[in-house]
This record gives sequence, structure tokens and C-alpha cells, in this order.
Amino acid sequence: MSIETEKYILDAVTLTDAQQKMRRRRNIAIALILAALPIMFFASTIIRLGANVADRTF
Amino acid sequence: MSDMNVEIDTKQTSHGLNAMVGEDMADIRDYFELLKPSVMRLVVFTALVGLVVAPGYIHPFNGFISILCIAIGAGASGCLNMWYEHKLDALMSRTKNRPIPSGRITPDQALTFGLILSVGSVAMLGTLVNWFAAGFLAFTIFYYVVVYTMWLKPRTPLNIVIGGASGAFPPMIGYASVTGDVSIESLLLFLIIFMWTPAHFWALNLYIKRDYENANIPMMPSVRGEAHTRKQILAYAYITAICGIMPSVLGFAGVIYGVSALVLGVGFIYFSHLVYKHDKGAIAIKSAKNLFAFSLLYLMLLFTLLLVEHSFNILFTFNIIQFLGV
Repeated sequence: MSIETEKYILDAVTLTDAQQKMRRRRNIAIALILAALPIMFFASTIIRLGANVADRTF
Repeated sequence: MSDMNVEIDTKQTSHGLNAMVGEDMADIRDYFELLKPSVMRLVVFTALVGLVVAPGYIHPFNGFISILCIAIGAGASGCLNMWYEHKLDALMSRTKNRPIPSGRITPDQALTFGLILSVGSVAMLGTLVNWFAAGFLAFTIFYYVVVYTMWLKPRTPLNIVIGGASGAFPPMIGYASVTGDVSIESLLLFLIIFMWTPAHFWALNLYIKRDYENANIPMMPSVRGEAHTRKQILAYAYITAICGIMPSVLGFAGVIYGVSALVLGVGFIYFSHLVYKHDKGAIAIKSAKNLFAFSLLYLMLLFTLLLVEHSFNILFTFNIIQFLGV
């Protein structure tokens, strides 16, 4: 079987170290927010349920 | 299966660079700057006072969620304001280094960021606290972005008078987070900030008038003249001082607050009189700067007094254990 060689031209840039660092910081911030949201919703739900959280009569 | 050697050639075209540079030049700090943190601080503080002053009980965690949502909503308003005004911001020395005019964030990114935060803060406040407060927050964002930024600001020198309402709503939202409604007490908190805003902003306008003129924003000193603005500042200072003591007069606050509000109100009127009296030269600019600085101190002290007084009431009049939800 012959080997096909194809050249792809990608329309892209190479990020500098500073840009990569800033992208990483943005990603970490988004990750922290995404982790905090369900924790806040869970905590608020438990607080609203109050003593009823132990009621498992269903 | 065929063997394929893929040779990748990365090519830096102008299109590619334009698409990437805006996105990757932005740091977290730039996004934070879009939220107007200095305005957000004042919003958080006044909303906290509204929340503490309100009768009734809210669990401290839900209280924290309320303040967080109000802060994010206020930040979203600031972000959408910067998106809409980025061309004007480039013309003013005070704002030309903001993230959008300086090119660190693209307008589309700011718009997306602002909209996500607006919807997110309202949805979260509604789901976790109450929908009345959430509706109020949504209205405040709409009022600041559409009514003030897009409609009033470029059209009338009364922009700051009517638009100032958006800065006065946060304590009412904090209050509504606890009670789920509006009362005379929360309306008073609104009125104090609403009446305080024109004197505060016009004092600033008196010494940075040229910036607003360059951007063609019709502020009172440029449109109606400095003499008229000085009269208006004085009138609003008197009204603010009267509104400031009303919580004590109507029995919502104690004697310590009342006496302090009276003294601070006299100070506010005194500094406004100096602005009215000195209308030429370096002393006129100094008077305006002094009034601007004192107006900030006035509002901070007034709301701090309310916060401290009501915090003591909560801790000593009511049961501390019930407050902590233990």
C-alpha cells in the first residue's frame, strides 16, 4: 500500500509563554467557578431542607 | 487501512492573528476590571446594609448568596456598560486604558461575558433566594444598561439624576432578599443614595468637565453651565441631608444614627456651600474635589452606622443562636 503524504495548512498562531500563562489562569478560574456552583446549590438546598433533610419516609 | 503522513504547516495569517490575539491577550484581571470593581464595592456594601436592616430572618449562607448575586449582577451591568461605550471610552483619558479600548478584550467577548453574568446572577438569586429579589435585580441591570447607558446618558444633562436610580436599587434588592417585598424603610435607603448621586457626580464633573465634552456626553456643567450646576448641587445636598436623618425620624434607626446623620448632613451642606461660593480659579476646583471626597465619606459613614446599629439589634435584641441558624 502506498504512503500518501498530504500537506495541511492550518490557519493558526503560536501563543507566547505569557499568553499561554494567561489562558491557563482563565481556565483555572472557569474550573473553580464550575466547581463552586454545584457546591453552592447543594449547600443552599440542604439549608432549605433544614431538619427535614433527615426525613427519609418516602 | 492506509498509512497517511500528515504534515502540518502552521501559517500565521492576518485573519488568524486577529481572531486569536483579542482572546489570548486577556488576563483574569482584565475580565475583573470589566466588572467595575470600585462600583461593585459600593453596591456590595449598600446591599449588605439593606439585607441587615430588613426585618425577618435569612440564613447567613443565603444572605451571602444574595450579596454575591447582587455583586455579580452589578458587575454584569458595568461590563455591558463598557461594551456599549467602548468607543466613547477611547476618547476619555480616565477610561482609555479600559480592557476594550486598549484591545485586551474584544467587544464581542465583553458582551458575551456581561450577558452570561446577567442571566446567571438573576437565575441564581431567583432559584436560591427569592424571585422577587431576582426580578428586581433583572430590572436594575436593564435600567442601568438600557435606560441609563443607552437612552439617557447621551441625550440629557439629567442623565445622572434619573439614571442614578440604578445605583440606589441595591439596598432595596438586599432588603427584598429577606422580606420578598418593598417597604418604606427600603425606599428610604433608595432615596438617600438617589438624592446623594447628583451632588456627588456633578462635583466630579466640575473638575473633569473636558473629558465628557470630548466624548460629547451632555453633563450638567457643560450644557446648563457651572453656575446652574452649583445651585443644583446645593439643592440636592439639602435634600440628601434631610433624607439622611429620616430613618431616625420615622423610627427605623436609633438616636446615635440620627445625631451622626445630622452632623454629616450639615457637613455635606457646608462643602456644597463652598462649591457654590467659590466659582473661579484653583479654589473652585479644590472645593469641588473636597465635596466629591466628602460625599463618598458621607454615604459610607451613614450606611456603616445603619449596619452597626442593626447588627447590634440582631445580636442583642433577637436570639443570637436563631440568627446563626444553629
